[in-house]
Amino acid sequence: MSIWEYANPVKFMKTSGKLLPFVTVATAVTLAIGLIWGFSFTPAADNFGSSVKVIYVHVPAAMMAINIWVMMLVASLIWIVRRHHVSALAAKAAAPVGMVMTVIALITGAVWGQPMWGTWWEWDPRLTSFLILFLFYIGYMALWSAIDDPDTAADLTGVLCLVGSVFALLSRYAVNFWNQGLHQGATLSLDKEQHIANVYWVPLVITMVGFGLLFVTLVLVRTRTEIRMRRLRALQLRERMQ
Amino acid sequence: MIALLIRDLRLAVRAGGGFGLGLAFFLIVVTLVPFGVGPQGDILARIAPGVLWLGALLACLLSLDRIFALDFEDGSLDLLATAPIPMEGVVTMKALAHWVTTGLPLVVAAPVFGVLLHLDMQAYRWLVISLLIGTPALSVLGTFGAALTVGLKRGGLLLSLLVLPLYIPTLIFGAELIRRGAQGMSVQTPLMMLVGITAAVIALVPFASAAAIRVNLR
Repeated sequence: MSIWEYANPVKFMKTSGKLLPFVTVATAVTLAIGLIWGFSFTPAADNFGSSVKVIYVHVPAAMMAINIWVMMLVASLIWIVRRHHVSALAAKAAAPVGMVMTVIALITGAVWGQPMWGTWWEWDPRLTSFLILFLFYIGYMALWSAIDDPDTAADLTGVLCLVGSVFALLSRYAVNFWNQGLHQGATLSLDKEQHIANVYWVPLVITMVGFGLLFVTLVLVRTRTEIRMRRLRALQLRERMQ
Repeated sequence: MIALLIRDLRLAVRAGGGFGLGLAFFLIVVTLVPFGVGPQGDILARIAPGVLWLGALLACLLSLDRIFALDFEDGSLDLLATAPIPMEGVVTMKALAHWVTTGLPLVVAAPVFGVLLHLDMQAYRWLVISLLIGTPALSVLGTFGAALTVGLKRGGLLLSLLVLPLYIPTLIFGAELIRRGAQGMSVQTPLMMLVGITAAVIALVPFASAAAIRVNLR
């Protein structure tokens, strides 16, 4: 079993069709547990009040927004190097999901920032780089929809994704230089000491896993839709030929 | 490659090439800013570095879609693709021609526009230096955007959407360089970063542009 087998759309459709119900159920269960636990059964934090509960949407969404771009980068690379058709479609399918995650992170951040910092928006490095990431998502999606030929579109958006990744990263550090921020540094990390009490940590990890599963579900569904659309297109073309 | 450069320059300078249009646009932007912000000298002086850089950026953007579009339409891009020089070279020469016709005039004219915005005396040197270093990166990145959208009917708006986010690092360091120069602070960090970004962009982005052109000519 390797990902190269799934360059064959038929094989991909078969496996993903079997997989999809399980992933969907797993997503629903983890998200329900994580969010209900987080929203209803955790105490209000000392210095945050009950506004701390935004964390269960804000942090997973922000995490996914970045990870989805990385996934698109990897998928684009696989397409460019090995012409893996499903990979290109997966990158296309992931982009709107990533964009929505970015918007969720920005909006929940604004909602959280208003009571905490007294402002909806601040030109803070983290906030600014998310806005820039949002622009990159929009550009990527616009390029996909502007080009008719699917293979050309996949190639060009792939190149854009590579160049865009470098510049998104560069902008991330450039804005750091440009303005010092209000946003706290990384609270969660794998290798450093934990800065968050277990009461919040456990439901947060569950929601993070839930968001990850949600992304997998959505990408599978969207990729399957995309493949079906291609088949329809082929059928229509064949009909016109006759 | 030199012949290609001369051909592009000649096409740009002759009638209908739009040479000088970018400069006029730059002037209009700089003229409009005081109408929007108010004529107070101290405010204008403070925002002058940003306004000058934004004006240069937008003026550069104006002429981007012409880089490949005309050659694509009349088929000379296909001829260039089959020519013995590699596509990367063609793309670099196109970017250079674009820079000479839009970037360089902006650099020369910027100090005059700086006077209009009450820029500090000691900032003029840094204004010229930062534009001189930064605008080649704008042209090369613009060539990349133009290469991506060359096959499209109405690529102009999409082109700006794709290219402007790529300009962010250059804009940040370019404007910061002038700002620090105006306040008499040390300019070393933004200067080094600007030089680094431009050098890396010139070295690497033509490969991406050439790849995009090849895809579009397929």
